[in-house]
Amino acid sequence: MDLAFVLIQLLNGLQYGLLLFLVSSGLTLVFGIMGIINLAHGSFYMVGAYLAWSLASMTGNLATAILLAIPLTVVLGMGLERLLFRHLYSRDHLYQVLLTYGLILVFEELRSLIWGDDVHGVAVPALLNASIPLTENLSYPVYRLAISGVCLLLALALYFLIQKTRLGMMIRAGASNRDMVQSLGIDIKLIYTLVFALGVALAAFAGMINAPLSSVTPNMGSHVLIICFVVVVIGGIGSVKGAMAASLMIGLAETFGQVLVPEVAGMIVYVLMAIVLVWRPEGLFGRK
Amino acid sequence: MSEHILDANGLHSFYGVSHILHGVDFTVKKGETIGLMGRNGMGKTTLIKSMLGLVRPRQGAVRVRGVDMTHAAPHAIARKGIAYVPEGRGIFPNLSVRENLIMAARTGVDGRRDWDFDRVIQTFPRIGERLNNGGAQLSGGEQQMLTIGRALMTNPDLLILDEATEGLAPLIAKEIWSIIKTIRASGIATVIVDKNYAAVMALSNRSVVLVKGRVVFAGDSAELSGNQELMHRFLGV
Repeated sequence: MDLAFVLIQLLNGLQYGLLLFLVSSGLTLVFGIMGIINLAHGSFYMVGAYLAWSLASMTGNLATAILLAIPLTVVLGMGLERLLFRHLYSRDHLYQVLLTYGLILVFEELRSLIWGDDVHGVAVPALLNASIPLTENLSYPVYRLAISGVCLLLALALYFLIQKTRLGMMIRAGASNRDMVQSLGIDIKLIYTLVFALGVALAAFAGMINAPLSSVTPNMGSHVLIICFVVVVIGGIGSVKGAMAASLMIGLAETFGQVLVPEVAGMIVYVLMAIVLVWRPEGLFGRK
Repeated sequence: MSEHILDANGLHSFYGVSHILHGVDFTVKKGETIGLMGRNGMGKTTLIKSMLGLVRPRQGAVRVRGVDMTHAAPHAIARKGIAYVPEGRGIFPNLSVRENLIMAARTGVDGRRDWDFDRVIQTFPRIGERLNNGGAQLSGGEQQMLTIGRALMTNPDLLILDEATEGLAPLIAKEIWSIIKTIRASGIATVIVDKNYAAVMALSNRSVVLVKGRVVFAGDSAELSGNQELMHRFLGV
């Protein structure tokens, strides 16, 4: 095992971790601010991937497909929040789990009706279809670097939005005292709709940019969903910072696990979660 | 000058199954200071929340500046120039002091910008010293000042203060009272709920007394404070 190999795994692990962050940040925000357990969050990832695939085959260009798909996912998010999720904020988690589990089935059925049950591949955009040679027989694909860069930019933008803008302050305030936020003249319902739509769009976007790296398959949302819940639990429920730390941790653990100890790779993240939970039951950045 | 900011008529509100308000009328005119009094559990906070859209009255109407807002969202009512300092203060503990203030900044109904971050800091120098602290790290008195300062950031025409001095040391309470006087002097109408009846009556033009969800007195504060018999019967003092 030489340095170039380690570097490649490191980059792969970071890229996977950053992608996980995009999906799980929405999950943790929606949980932390509106108190919603959304099992259907993985479905948004799947919807993103299928939208990217079908729009890319129509337009012949993944970038165009993504630009077209993002507003669609925002609209989807806003619609779902207004029609369904809004009514769950004051309800018990059981109702939330039932509804959002039902939504997974609905999304899978819709996916089957609209796009069928076949496995699809999406081509890497020509512009990014190159590799950077590292040694004589090892190289690193530019596309992976590019999506890592995009994910990092989005993570920074999200940090800025939540920590530095007035909207971010209102969002955080809404997590602590909903009535008080309203009494200051702030439309909390609109803020909830925006946060939810943001979460949907981020998850779907992750599905879109990852489509050329992994095939577009039925049920692809469920694996992502489970890993994202692990991320949210390790990072601390509601903590975006925690989601970032946990995503990178899991991305690296799973990537290195698969090459170093492939026999037990499947359970590494869960062992990690168990260790963190014993050490800090509230998660790395969670509040007690 | 007799423009009405807030008009509540015949409010009936429930808390679960208990009938809290029994047909309450309540009016606030521009620039006026009103003491809302009554012993614990008589419906003062429910009345306030019913007027602010935080509790839905089952019967009756709430008008703000002449517009029916009975079914309006709380934020829409607040945007008509009504600010609320709730019992228990309601600061956002997960935001810094600075963020607590900035997030609330808004121009008044007619575009007024009398109150901004700098003026609030001038008015509450103690808050200015703790801008980067988390909201939860402040003392009770500082939290109260922050909540009042945050309410002023919305440039209200009416400030409703529910138990603003509750649980505060006498010296701090005195400071809060002098701040309320300053606010009153700046032309903002105030509704004050406080256990210190003497201070409320000294400061207010009119007093409204609730007993078991009904208005039993509404009139001149001086008339109430001068009447031992009424004071004893309604407020137990």
